[in-house]
Amino acid sequence: MAKKNVSLSAEFLKGIWNENPILRSLLGLCPTLAVTNSAINGLAMGLATIFVLVSSSILISLFRKRIPHQVRIASYVVVIATFVTLADRYMAAYYPVISKALGPYVPLIVVNCIILGRQEAFSSKNGVGRSILDALGMGTGFIMVLLVLGSVREILGSASLFNFTILGDWFHPWMIMILPPGAFLTLGLLIGLANWYNEKRGIV
Amino acid sequence: MKGSEKKLPETMDNQHKPQTPPGPGRSTPVKKEKPKKDPRKKLFRPERMLILASSPHLGTTDSVPKIMWTVIAALAPTVVMAVYYFGWPALRTILACVAAAVVTELIMNYVKRERLTVVDGSAVITGLLLALTLPPSLSLDRSILGSIFAIAIGKQIFGGLGYNIFNPALLGRAFLQASFPVAMTTWTNPNTARFANIDALSTATPLGAFKFEKITTDYTSLFFGNSGGSLGETSALVILAGGIFLLLKKYADWRIPASFLGTVFIVGGIFWLINPSQYPDPVFHLLSGGLMLGAFFMATDMVTSPITSAGCWIFGSGAGILLVLIRLFGGLPEGVMYSILLMNAVTPLINRYTRPRVFGELT
Repeated sequence: MAKKNVSLSAEFLKGIWNENPILRSLLGLCPTLAVTNSAINGLAMGLATIFVLVSSSILISLFRKRIPHQVRIASYVVVIATFVTLADRYMAAYYPVISKALGPYVPLIVVNCIILGRQEAFSSKNGVGRSILDALGMGTGFIMVLLVLGSVREILGSASLFNFTILGDWFHPWMIMILPPGAFLTLGLLIGLANWYNEKRGIV
Repeated sequence: MKGSEKKLPETMDNQHKPQTPPGPGRSTPVKKEKPKKDPRKKLFRPERMLILASSPHLGTTDSVPKIMWTVIAALAPTVVMAVYYFGWPALRTILACVAAAVVTELIMNYVKRERLTVVDGSAVITGLLLALTLPPSLSLDRSILGSIFAIAIGKQIFGGLGYNIFNPALLGRAFLQASFPVAMTTWTNPNTARFANIDALSTATPLGAFKFEKITTDYTSLFFGNSGGSLGETSALVILAGGIFLLLKKYADWRIPASFLGTVFIVGGIFWLINPSQYPDPVFHLLSGGLMLGAFFMATDMVTSPITSAGCWIFGSGAGILLVLIRLFGGLPEGVMYSILLMNAVTPLINRYTRPRVFGELT
């Protein structure tokens, strides 16, 4: 396999903006839309995802030459599901409130496109070091968007941030923001802003 | 056949003559040398050019501003009635909504660096229609927020006038309804609020009263507007007057209100015949709620309704069926907003499937 001429820092940074899994590839939209009704939920979801992403990237990158090509997707899913179960049980044991708030969306990380996509597109073709950097970058990009979405929706929808009330009585919370339409509206506007900025910078 | 073939190149040549530089062999430096006595300019003056354009050849004097300001004029009686019944708060809400809509339009024009589209009056209409669908007791900041949402998200994000999928005013109202469900369903009794400084007495809308307590309101109150409800929906009489004016001016397709109201009457009537004690009678359906306002001023929005005649019939009847279903079996007492918005969503499909066959086209 030919060696790539991509620097290590670029491997990490590409996930944050230029190949941001949500803003650029529109992957993993299900958890993005479903659990970002508050900043803390978004953060918890992001952390769980980044844990699964990095761990499974390491494992799959290590075994990339051992996994038969024909059954690779099934193998990836088994590896991912193992780490998802770990994350799910851990959260249920130590953070029961958040675990309850996230509901079925933690087990659903198994079918998160970002994770499977990174294994297929990156970890299965690259060394462990690069795979970790790639997973960390993608995970950071994911967390960033989730945190922004969660914060905006929580501020407008319940006048608070991380459960601290930050807006006074004069503000009537927009209930739509903590409902599903608020997720679509906010994400749509966020992607629109990102596209507008990228267009200005000349990235298409 | 041969004659037309012969003619065509001639006319085309005629048209292109002034634009092509004389002498094909000339090189660029010669052109640059003498821009003052450009031979092309000479050709332009004496020769009356034949304008070749594809159809349509007939124009109309109607323009976007003219249509929009006419619609505003048609809404004027409704505005007057709203202020008459609900007093100063109504006037304040209407002015705030219109002002917020216009300012938002200006800002969006500036952000998008495009021609100012405020003067065409479409933003004024959106603000006005939104205000007329709000409950009289809604606080000003909420009304303004709805107006901003209607213009910024409902209209300008999609590309401005003519590109919006949904009726912006109704989208603004849907946003407010989802955001402030309690404030959006607190209605004022029209008699207590009128120009008095006392706290308004809250009341149920005729539809709400029927749905939850089976109390009917008499037709006279419904017809003249002496009942609880949104600012501009209570008086069927003035809405009818303005709506018929619009239909006569042909700024609204008569098929849409006809099929909308007709379907509501028929479907509502069927249910009434099945069980008169359970379901309201069709006339009550027609006169109550925002149906009149919606059928004449919102469903007929040129941008978001179908362009074909058959499409208009489908659009109106679809909205009518949805409306009756929402009113009778939905959780909300009123469904004009959602029925029109849902039909707006399928308007592109309706347009596609009712496209008239081009003459000579093989299917």
